[in-house]
Amino acid sequence: MTSPGEFYQRDRMWHPPAYDKDYKTSVSRSPQYSLISLQNSISEVTGPVFGHNDVDPLDKDLIFNYAKSGESAIGERIILHGRVLDENARPVPNTLVEIWQANAGGRYRHKKDTYLAPIDPNFGGCGRTITDENGYYYFRTVKPGAYPWRNWVNDWRPAHIHVSVFGHAWTQRLITQIYFEGDPLIETCPIVNTIRDKAAIGQLIAALDRNATIPLDSIAYKFDIVLRGRRSTLFENRLEGN
Amino acid sequence: MTQTLDYLKETASQTAGPYVHIGLAPGAAGFDIYREELGWDIAGPNAKGERIRVEGLVIDGTGSPVKDVLLEAWQANADGNHAHPEGGGDVEDGFRGWGRVITDFATGEWGFDTVKPGRCPGRNVGMQAPHINLWIVARGINVGLNTRLYFEDEPEANAADPVLGLIEWERRRATLIAKRTERDGQIVYRFDIRLQGDGETVFFDI
Repeated sequence: MTSPGEFYQRDRMWHPPAYDKDYKTSVSRSPQYSLISLQNSISEVTGPVFGHNDVDPLDKDLIFNYAKSGESAIGERIILHGRVLDENARPVPNTLVEIWQANAGGRYRHKKDTYLAPIDPNFGGCGRTITDENGYYYFRTVKPGAYPWRNWVNDWRPAHIHVSVFGHAWTQRLITQIYFEGDPLIETCPIVNTIRDKAAIGQLIAALDRNATIPLDSIAYKFDIVLRGRRSTLFENRLEGN
Repeated sequence: MTQTLDYLKETASQTAGPYVHIGLAPGAAGFDIYREELGWDIAGPNAKGERIRVEGLVIDGTGSPVKDVLLEAWQANADGNHAHPEGGGDVEDGFRGWGRVITDFATGEWGFDTVKPGRCPGRNVGMQAPHINLWIVARGINVGLNTRLYFEDEPEANAADPVLGLIEWERRRATLIAKRTERDGQIVYRFDIRLQGDGETVFFDI
């Protein structure tokens, strides 16, 4: 039995730590013991497989996927697009990308959200798609608004879109948040600042992409997602290379 | 100066937040949008093996149930094969081996129905004991937490399991063993996850 090629170790100094007192909820939800490091077995190098049949084409269009017939969501119309790559800069094709977000006023369609900004009757706030053979994905949506949250007395989240990606292995599973270029709230957000490395934060900020706008229709932001790369096991009797 | 390595850096994680349900379980958030939500059927009707239910609580450092968790499961079928090109062999039609559940907003209880997985090979030698990989995200969790659920009625396999064996503190291994009970003729494994403090569950860097 040859051992499966492992994925590159997660850089835990790059990712946020579990405990950060300034993001208050993490205080009671962070393990105190260290993580136990595992080399990948078959249980970790495998992961769920999704296909284009799992999603509908309209699922990736948040302007229309919850709108009444003939209507559409209110807000700044944007295309959110990019590639899912691994750390070797190889595309990750056929992987499920799911997003969720508040509406243009910063209100979530969730029974637990009681913020006074109103619900948009034509906006659900979630979308999903499968990357193509080159790892590309795109969504159409409205730019979410900032919203207040009970952390410090006057904390506001920057405009953001949550994103969930699978990759092809359980080790690659990732949830993160997409921010928008130029938003002054990014710098002061305790959730953003759970990440210590400025370069790591920069990687979460989608760039305005004028080349991808649809003139007179939608502005565009580009956001690439990088999942863990995989090792070729040079000294473990594995014939296939990288 | 040295040469620059041209690897990309992994996109850093952020918390899934309190409204994770909107994206990953919109029905629970309170609205119906997709033809079919993904992840509610782990094993499918054709799966062989022992039908089981797995349930528990996620408990925070104050001893309180966490009521906004999303938990995902990844497991082999009864033959020990994963539904993946490198998964070791065939699986039944409709067996995805992956599931997604959320905790009840009022009680914090979560649970899913599946089949008991078989043993699959360990990294270098030997077989792993039957286990389900679990991944936990929630508000206040900055990077998803990985753990494993093992079964208390597999004492011999558990004793030989290479991953359990890596946990230096034997008493901590017990945090990964689900308790078997029966309820109304159904086999139920109880698996409470303690994020912090007394009896803290073992979490892995995988």
